[in-house]
Amino acid sequence: MKIAIASGKGGTGKTTLSVNLALSLSDVQLFDCDVEEPNCSLFLNCKPELLQEVSCQVPKINLDKCSFCGQCSEFCRYNALAVLPSDVLVFPSLCHGCGGCTLLCPEGAIQEEPRRIGLLEKASVQGLEFYRGLLDIGEVLAPSLIKALLTRIEPGKTAIIDSPPGTSCPVIAAVENMDYCILVTESTPFGFHDLKLAIELIRQLKIPFGVVLNRYGLGDASVEEYCLAEGIPVLLKIPNERKIAKLYSEGLSFVEVMPEWKEKFQKMFEAIKAQVEETKRKEPLGLQEEKA
Amino acid sequence: MKQLTIISGKGGTGKTTITAAFASLAKNAVLADCDVDAADLHLILKPKIQRTKAFCGLELAKIDKKLCLECGKCKKHCRFGAIIEESGTFRLEPYNCEGCAVCTLVCPEGAISMQERVSGQVFSSETRFGPMAHAKLGIGEEASGKLVSEVREKAKKLAEKNGKDLILVDGPPGTGCPVISAITGTDLVLVISEPTLSGIHDLKRVLELAKHFRIPAAVCLNKYDINRENAELIENFCKSANIPVLGKLPYDDEATEAMLREKSVIEYAKTGILAQKLNSVWEALLPLLEVCSEKEIPERKLNMKQF
Repeated sequence: MKIAIASGKGGTGKTTLSVNLALSLSDVQLFDCDVEEPNCSLFLNCKPELLQEVSCQVPKINLDKCSFCGQCSEFCRYNALAVLPSDVLVFPSLCHGCGGCTLLCPEGAIQEEPRRIGLLEKASVQGLEFYRGLLDIGEVLAPSLIKALLTRIEPGKTAIIDSPPGTSCPVIAAVENMDYCILVTESTPFGFHDLKLAIELIRQLKIPFGVVLNRYGLGDASVEEYCLAEGIPVLLKIPNERKIAKLYSEGLSFVEVMPEWKEKFQKMFEAIKAQVEETKRKEPLGLQEEKA
Repeated sequence: MKQLTIISGKGGTGKTTITAAFASLAKNAVLADCDVDAADLHLILKPKIQRTKAFCGLELAKIDKKLCLECGKCKKHCRFGAIIEESGTFRLEPYNCEGCAVCTLVCPEGAISMQERVSGQVFSSETRFGPMAHAKLGIGEEASGKLVSEVREKAKKLAEKNGKDLILVDGPPGTGCPVISAITGTDLVLVISEPTLSGIHDLKRVLELAKHFRIPAAVCLNKYDINRENAELIENFCKSANIPVLGKLPYDDEATEAMLREKSVIEYAKTGILAQKLNSVWEALLPLLEVCSEKEIPERKLNMKQF
């Protein structure tokens, strides 16, 4: 079972939910896919160890062979190459590593070399396997790092994926191929607006989903009413309590301090499993084949 | 013309709420919502759209089934996993396509071409606080960094046309491609931080980002009273790194109440504590904006180990 936790709006409680859910279940792998700002380790109070460096292949020009024909820079969609009369400039931070220039060069003057974009790290902590990606400062290829991170998912285990905010490419890299997606929001106008964007995305990806209401009591009832009208399950409500906010600010997971919440998270997990089963049953056979 | 970008690293620290407040305090500014993934500023500013322009991001590969011989070379060479093989035939998965066009190079039949793809829209609008540039990125689209650049271009044009001397940019969370697009070339970034462990961690990364691109930074602490010890930690750190802390805003329900009424905090509760504090942050920002682009900012040493 692979469950992604996403949100649209930032700061709604993705990490809180991911960590607390992971700590409430057994045989769990937790993946921090918010590689631009990964925070899970703060709540697990662990220092993850290096697993591997992730790199992107960037061109290296052999100027002795180069005829300065300019085909590489003309082809490159990312403006990562500029050919001058007697030199070629490479802008590695713009390169997506597609390999087109190497394929195209008529002189065989381009070779590729790896350029680091970030790290994968791992820790075993509090009975769970924790993995995270850390994008180097100034780098843009978050989706590549997320994809490398998620190759560590082991079938048979429960994988919890803490996704980045937003609705664009890094989020897709994190949530595509998941069995389920939990959308965390707060019932404020900003939270509601961004939830609707996230729902649109998850529906397009055809992933079953439910909503967790965080800071319940803040704002108004519009999210709850919307979920009811749309037939979207509200999986859990986490109250807007100063105590929880304080624990968060100190980097404490609240299932440790308030163990009664463990049971709530376990119940939510059971409800999710049931919903996934139900979706599979309802889905016509043809559609399943298409997805596979 | 000056440009100020408001960022945070961590999401949900109050960027948009604070940008909206500044919008009502600014005398002669253009607003730009560069959080194109999850844009919210329009919910407060209620822009009246004057012009809409289609945004074409990266191109998209298209396989002509009639010409395709199913050799699989495109799949072999695609490094983004965008060509999917299904029972012997090949199709494109648009979510994964980065528009690199390598497949068009390797296809021996010329069966693949690149198509323009409309990934979103850029708007120029009018608000009660002045002109505004904003955008809508299509769901699941790539190239949000490029769209951010277009919004900033649009904002610049609006400022030139209307004789405005400041562009106020509401930035996205994170440190990646859209954030880099939102901060490069601005005169100053204002980082909105909160006194949580995550907030501190993310503040540190985003300050490193600003330093990487040599952009002067200032900090505003939001919800400082949630954890005063952490707030003090941030203040001391900024002091030692020579980064000005322009103010400490309290946690206040007025922020949410104003949002529910589609108003900025300044409009909603002008005499409240939050509005007053926001006002003094704004007053502190203005002289900083004046000096920051006149002289070269000396390279700061960030000693992050203190956290």
